[in-house]
This record gives sequence, structure tokens and C-alpha cells, in this order.
Amino acid sequence: MEKKQNFIVRFAGEGGQGVVTAAEALAQAAAQVGYHVMTFSTFPSQILGGPTWTQTRVSTRPVLSSGDELDVLVAFNREAYDAHSPDVGAGGVIIYDSASFQLDDDSQSLGMPFDELGRSTGNLRAANMVVLGALAKLIDWPGSYMDDFVTDRFTRGRAEDEEIIKSNHQALGLGRDEAVKITFKLGELSDPIPCEGEQILIRGNDAVSMGALTAGVEFYVGYPISPATPILVSMERNLVGPGKFAYQASSEIESIAAILGAGFAGKKSMTATSGPGLSLMSEGIGLGWMAEIPAVIVNVQRGGPATGLPTKTEQSDLLMALTPAHGDCRIPIIAPGTVAECFEGTVKAFNWAERYQGPVILLSEMMLAERAQNIPRPDVEGTVVENRTVYRGENGYRRFEAAEVSPMPIPGGPGAYVANASEHDSIGDTTHLPQRHILMTERRFSKLKLLEDGTYESDNADQRVAIMPWGGSKGPAREAYDQLVDEGEKLAWFYTIFLHPLPPALLEELRSKDLVIVPELNFQGQFSSILRMDGVKAESITQYTGLPFKVSDLMKRVREHISVAAKESVTA
Amino acid sequence: MSKRNPEYDFEWCPGCGDFGVRRALENAVQARMIEAELPMENNVVVAGIGCSGNMVHLLEGPQPFGFHGVHGRTLPIALGVKMARPELNVIVVAGDGDFLSIGGEHIGPAAQRNLDICVVIMDNAVYGLTKGQSSPTTELGVVTSSTPFGKMEGKVNPLELYLTLGASFVASSYSSKVKDLTVLIKQGMNHSGFAIVHVQSPCTTYNDTHEAIRGNPKKQITPLAYDVPEAHDTSDLSAAKELARIPGVPLGVIYQDPESVSINQRIAELEARAEVKSPAELVDTYKI
Repeated sequence: MEKKQNFIVRFAGEGGQGVVTAAEALAQAAAQVGYHVMTFSTFPSQILGGPTWTQTRVSTRPVLSSGDELDVLVAFNREAYDAHSPDVGAGGVIIYDSASFQLDDDSQSLGMPFDELGRSTGNLRAANMVVLGALAKLIDWPGSYMDDFVTDRFTRGRAEDEEIIKSNHQALGLGRDEAVKITFKLGELSDPIPCEGEQILIRGNDAVSMGALTAGVEFYVGYPISPATPILVSMERNLVGPGKFAYQASSEIESIAAILGAGFAGKKSMTATSGPGLSLMSEGIGLGWMAEIPAVIVNVQRGGPATGLPTKTEQSDLLMALTPAHGDCRIPIIAPGTVAECFEGTVKAFNWAERYQGPVILLSEMMLAERAQNIPRPDVEGTVVENRTVYRGENGYRRFEAAEVSPMPIPGGPGAYVANASEHDSIGDTTHLPQRHILMTERRFSKLKLLEDGTYESDNADQRVAIMPWGGSKGPAREAYDQLVDEGEKLAWFYTIFLHPLPPALLEELRSKDLVIVPELNFQGQFSSILRMDGVKAESITQYTGLPFKVSDLMKRVREHISVAAKESVTA
Repeated sequence: MSKRNPEYDFEWCPGCGDFGVRRALENAVQARMIEAELPMENNVVVAGIGCSGNMVHLLEGPQPFGFHGVHGRTLPIALGVKMARPELNVIVVAGDGDFLSIGGEHIGPAAQRNLDICVVIMDNAVYGLTKGQSSPTTELGVVTSSTPFGKMEGKVNPLELYLTLGASFVASSYSSKVKDLTVLIKQGMNHSGFAIVHVQSPCTTYNDTHEAIRGNPKKQITPLAYDVPEAHDTSDLSAAKELARIPGVPLGVIYQDPESVSINQRIAELEARAEVKSPAELVDTYKI
């Protein structure tokens, strides 16, 4: 039997049953021995209970998506079994809690009483380890993989460590024993190919926080909101010390105004929110653009509109992020598509904000934010960090005299001026003169030119039809692309995290294509509509389920687009 | 409009109370600059929207930094400036509409934090710049352009509200009392914590209350303004709340918490307990 390169397992049950813990433990254990891993969670918006599931994908190669078909479903209750068993692939196995429900013997299933077995070790919290022991056996992992993980995890320098480790090892063994009893096979998972260089296992939200700290964030004010709260929590914990400040605001209206006040006062400032908070920040983002104040706004998208789907994923805030405020403005947007890009994109967002002296939106999304993934350790020490040009001349400076970006005076230093939300003259005083409004509008837009240094990916760039996903749809789209090209489809690949301004050379290439297919998680086809405005023949593949794309669905729909495009080119 | 800003075409109406407030603010800031031996650029004036917000463009003499933000957001902006740079002297200037209506949600949080700033409110009980609509301090029943049959809501008592929300310094004054107001603004700036100086600053076009505040013996109009009694204990919150409920315009300090500890002072204590890691050390905590 050929060895498996991939192993996808979903843990499904009630909130509070340890679904997330089990999935992340498996990911951590696999990563420790050199596999590539990715988790994906979705849970209800409540503290305890409610249907919850987390998926872990373990692979010998870098993981692009959380995977379509399950090798194993771990069902903690009947409801979870009913909801998720259709996603189990051919030859897949179900591990279920036989204390909760029973399945027929003819299914490829392994029932065992999770809790009872766990408790028999004397440890009341070992049920998950029973499950993980069984899982490890199903893919013929050496016993040491999980045993060593348990030893590492529970060695915490406490008196009870030894006992806890022993009971967990026992629980793993009980799970293995159960798995040995079954007659069917899942297939052995190939040995890991250890990654070169140091790896970290990190969630998207934490990668944003680490990127911000690396870029030199000094000031953070934010309001709790799913799925962006972990960034607030990380900042409160880590952004401390002289000259630094992290704080929970009374609303997003306050968050944005406060970070603009701090940006005006010379600090690198950031806030993080999700859709409803971005709506409240509308006036503030316009103020930042008008008064020319550097600031980074992280928007972790969730399902919308209004309160929408707080714990589900969607890519439906793009149009709003581009023009979040009234009047003539167009805010720079960086949209990471992987956990590694969450780090890089955040650093770049700060650099852009400092360079053009205005707000930049980092457009993340729930599926990235809550995903844990192994990535190469970011080169913190080698990261290029930019700082705004500060005015250091005499008083009497005309801050807004130039037709382009100009050095920024900082309170306490020379060059006092008024940062003004009203249209203003060269020292920041309010004016209504037509000529000044023309000059200032053009000044603000001219600064976007400074941000045309974005990079992009391209493959098979000479093909007439291209696929260009954005954000978190990158992973499934790339997996679909690779398979389609393997199967002989003629297709180009383009991708960038720099959605506004787009790298000019990329836009040039896209304009030359017969068709650019944009997979995106929204109803309107938001990014393709922007591309069409920019003169690109773009069409979207949309999905609005609150879940990421499945690779197989994407492949089917990309093929449909390619065949339509081919017919059209024949007719033409 | 001045030599400094020839494109700026805004003016206050003749007799506007904001002229007096401007003079007092200039005096107070300049005196503080001399006393503290810090340059004018060390001051930041955060202004709201409305006639009073234009203060930031109309200040004469050496220029502080200014932030003329969006309607109602003076306190959040000031939070950012002050927490970013605690060494700056941050002054908020706003009107009753900006501060008590659209910006009302921000007073409580600023007071609980005891944000170390001085707020100067110019209260004319009307929206002047938009030409005479009712405001939170407009009396019940008053006819304005937006209340053609009389205002339906009662008026807010700003002094009592500030005290209830936890402001640690509250003073009340009248725009024509420039000397007294100068002293109060200086006291507010020197207070370690959230200070509000609430000034009756009449709108001579839409709601001219100068005569009512000053009084007029010839017309047998008793003045609304009265000096805070010397016997009033400014450190007594209950006494301050009682004083705030007396109809009229008290002149002087209503309340000052003698044990006021600002958020900046509290943060200094917290920071001593925090363990600070470098970005590289933090990234390494995620190592596999």
C-alpha cells in the first residue's frame, strides 16, 4: 500500500469538549517531528457549548489549505457524526465516543468511551489523549511521536508533572490498544521531511501581533471583537514599557481617534477590529487620510453585513476597506493570504503608513486569524523597518505647502501646525478656496504613488487565462491551480498581498489577459469589480457560506470558466 | 483671517463669548509656558467642531500644536496624544453640542481613566455654526430652528453630570470674567487628572445670555452668575454635587479631588511589574 503524504482529521463536538485542544495538540506533535501542519476552526459565538469543529491537516509538504475530504472524523456526539460524516472520504475512518452514541458495525468506525478510558488513568482530563493515541496508531506513527510530545508539553517544573505525564502516556496507550483491535487500515503516513531552518507554529492573529512589534509599534488601542480580539490581548501583554502603550478602548470610535492622536504625536500606532468595528471607524479613517497621519488598521474580516457571522470567514469588506469614508479617498490595502504573510504584511503596512503619512488597512480574515500553521521563523532581526520623515527645522514651517509628501512636525518639536479634518491651507488652518481644495486633494492622492513597490507572484504568465485569488483564498486556489496545470489546463497564476495600490507591472500583465478568474468569498465579486474598473477582464468565482473554498469545487468552477473563455475566443 | 493664515475666513460674531475664552486660554498657556520653562510647541490644543473649535486657528501669539478633528471626538484624540506623550500639555476646547451631545459617550471613560488633560467647554446652549438648533443645555420648551414648537427634552446639568461621571476637577465660569477664567484654566492644567472648566460663553446671534448671566438692575434682572461661596469645601464631592444643583452660573472651582491619581501615574506603577520581551524573544516563544 502506498504511503500517505497527507492526513486530514476533523474533531467535532460541543464547545468545551476539548475539540480545539485535541486538534492543536495533534498539530503541535506532528510539527515537532517535522511535518507541515495547518488547523482550521469554526465555532459558535458563545462561551460554552454549541457545535464546534476543528480540522488538522498534517502533510509531508507545505500545507496550502485545510483540505476537502477527511481521513478521520472524530465525533464526540451523534449530532457531530450526522453533520460531518458526509465529508469523510473513501476509505476514511470514524472514531466516535461510544458512551454518547452507537454506530453499525459495518461502517469503518472505531467506537470507544473517550471519557471512561481517559478517567481510568486517574487523570480526569486525559480523554483527548485516548483519541490521539488511537489516531497515531491509525497512521502507523511510531509511539514515540505522541509520547515525546506529551513529555514536552507537561514538563513544567512542577511536582505533579511526572504523574500527569504518566497518566497521559497511559491514555495514549489505551487509545492505541483500541485502534489495534480494528480490522481495516487507513494507511501509513509517510515519514516527515524535516523543514530547513527554524520553524514556528503560530496563528494568523499572533503573526500580525509579532509583525507589528517587529515593525516597531508603540501605541495600540482596540476594542474586543471576534475574530480580532487575540491581537488586543497580545498587545496588552507585550506592548508595555517606557514610550509604549496598549489599551482597551470604550468603542472602535475611540480606538481609531486615539491611534490618530498618537500618530499625530509621533508614535507608530495600530488598532485591530472586524467588520462592525470598521464601520464605526469610518469617520476616523477619513480623518487620518485628510490630516495625513500614519496609522495601521487591522480588519480581520468575518461574515457580514451588520453583526453578520461573527465566527465565520468571509472576504466581503474589500470594497469598504478601499473607500471606508465619505469624500474622495482611497485607502492603501494589504491583504495577507497565509500566516507567514500576516507577519510580512503587517510590517509592510507600518512601512507604508510611515512612508505616505496616512492610514493603511491590513485586511486579514477569520480563516487566517484562527489558523495555526508552521512557518519559517520570521527574520525579525533582518526586517526592514521604515520611519516617517520628521521635520526638524525652524518654527514657521508650512506643513502642507508641498504638492507631495513632506516632513512631519511632531509636538514638542518645531513646526507647530494644525492637523485638520476640514480642508486646510499650508499651515493646517481651515479654508474653502477652490484652488486649495484642488491642490490638497491632488497632494493626498499623489502620495499613493510612493506605495507602488509591491511585489507579486506569477507562474505561466504567458497563458491567456489567469487565476488570481486574494487573501485567504490563496491556499485553496493554489492547490486547485497546481492540480489543474498538472492535468494539462493552460492557466496563468498571479497573486499579490498589495491590493491597493496594485503593483503597476502586475496590473499591466492582468490587462493583457483574455480572462482573469478571481476566487473570492463574497456575493458581489468585489475584487473582480475593482479589477474591471482598472481595465482588466476579470470574473469572480464567488462563495458565501461562511467557510473557505474547497479545492475540488474550485477546480470544477475554474474549468467551467476556462471552457467558456475558450468558446468566446473561438467565436471572436 | 490674519497675516499668518490669509486663506482662513472664519470669524466669531461680535460680542461672542468665545473671544473672552480665547484671551483667557492664551494667558493661561503662556503663563504656564513661562513657569514650566517649556516651549509653546509643548502644548497641544485638541478642538471639536463648531464655533468654539475654531479657537485652534484663532489663537494669537506663539503657536501651540493643534488638532482640529471630527465632530465629538476631542476626548479620544486627546487620549491618544496624552498617552503617547505624557510630557505634553493637552488642552481640549469644545462646545456644548460637540462635548455633551455627539461626544457625550466619551466623558465617562475619560473621567474614569482620570486622563491628565484640561478641557475647556464653551457652552452657549445652541448650535451656532449650523444656525441655531437646540443643544443638550437648551432649556425645556425653548423655541429654536429645530424645535419650532418648543424643546421637548429637559436640559442636561453639565456640572452635575461631570461630577457623577467621576471628573476629578470641575470648575465653572463665564466668558467675560477673563482674569478669573485664566486662573481656573491654569488650575485645571496643573491638576493631575481629568479637569473640566465649563464656561458660559453666550452666542450673541442665536442665544444672547450675557444680560441674564450678568444681570441688569435697571431691568430688575438678577444675575445668574454668583461666586462660589468661600465656605464651599472643594474637596467635598457631596457638597460639590449640591452646589451644582443650585440654579445659576457658579463662578469658581466646584470640585477638586485632593487625592487625584491620573492614569499616567497608575501606568508607571503597572509597568514596573511587567516583564518586557523583545520582538525576537517573543517570536521565539512560538518555536516548534
